[in-house]
Amino acid sequence: SASHLILLLTVFALAVFLGVEIITKIPPTLHTPLMSGSNAISGITLVGAILAAGGNNGTLASVLGFSAVVCATMNVVGGFVVTNRMLAMFKSRK
Amino acid sequence: MSLKPDLIDLIYLVAAILFVIGLKGLTKPRTAVRGNLIGALAMFIAVVVTMLHQDVISVTGLLVAIAIGSAAGVVLALKIEMTAMPQLVALFNGLGGGASVLVAGAYLAGNEFAARLASGDHFSDVLTATAASGLIGAITLSGSLVAFAKLQELKFIKDVSFPGQKILNLVLALASIGVGVLVVQQPGHANLWYWLMAALATGLGILLVISIGGADMPVVIALLNSYSGLAASATGFVLNNNLLIIAGSLVGASGLILTRIMCDAMNRSLWAVLFGTMQSGGSSQSDD
Repeated sequence: SASHLILLLTVFALAVFLGVEIITKIPPTLHTPLMSGSNAISGITLVGAILAAGGNNGTLASVLGFSAVVCATMNVVGGFVVTNRMLAMFKSRK
Repeated sequence: MSLKPDLIDLIYLVAAILFVIGLKGLTKPRTAVRGNLIGALAMFIAVVVTMLHQDVISVTGLLVAIAIGSAAGVVLALKIEMTAMPQLVALFNGLGGGASVLVAGAYLAGNEFAARLASGDHFSDVLTATAASGLIGAITLSGSLVAFAKLQELKFIKDVSFPGQKILNLVLALASIGVGVLVVQQPGHANLWYWLMAALATGLGILLVISIGGADMPVVIALLNSYSGLAASATGFVLNNNLLIIAGSLVGASGLILTRIMCDAMNRSLWAVLFGTMQSGGSSQSDD
């Protein structure tokens, strides 16, 4: 319904402003880890992939959903692990 | 076992708050490691709770898919050389964008969509979100893969620029948006239009990135990271899922700000990156 859409848009708009406000002065050494860490967070589409793959949705939708789960999991797990490695690298350098 | 939808939404709220705290932590040297771990914890909570959703019928197959993706992700993340980390981020980012394309495509191929179509329901808002998810996701996918290939210095890829490239970019952008409008206006043929739109956007993603030199690539990856967040957010509108909307738009917005900061640090123009009009072969001035 229309009021529900407006609720979703409200959540969207507020999260956009929150995202803008969170990023202030970032030391240059953290540019790449921040990018990498937020990239892992954007893998949240994994939740959508699980819902698409796990439901009773027919063969084609399930195949697409399962492929999405594999891709998004690589994004999420690999993303957090490589970010952790980057940050460990900076720490040992100091 | 399945949880009540209200309880799932409540736990999603906890995960969303943890994402905000984690992202905030990543912006300061002292809290960066912890921030990354908090983000990972939020994701873990989100995934476990989603597995307990009443619509998720069989968990076994999902666990296999997650095991495959995790193993591949961990191996790549641990084996890659330090110097190759930026292109690995690009690769992961492309996979995330691709996942959004697949999830929106799965929605159009699924039973819920078929049922709504048969009932003559008006749902142009959901269809708009589906088209946006596929469009942004496909640009993210192909653009990121080109960025990966360039940084990895794969032999088959070169800095390509030709006369009329900007016009071709514009034509492709307008064509993919136009076909995206058809997804909304002709729901009966939504599947056909959707995949045609995704193909056009894939071409656009390639062309936008292929003329950009390797030294500028970190900025491009930062921008594509912002896009993958927006794609995830659009997927949230398709699936009516607050957590996808929040985490996605958080990354979409913060990614754009980070792109601007990186542009400033590297003396690049944000507008040039946004519209793919960056000069090729820029000199290296990397700061990290």
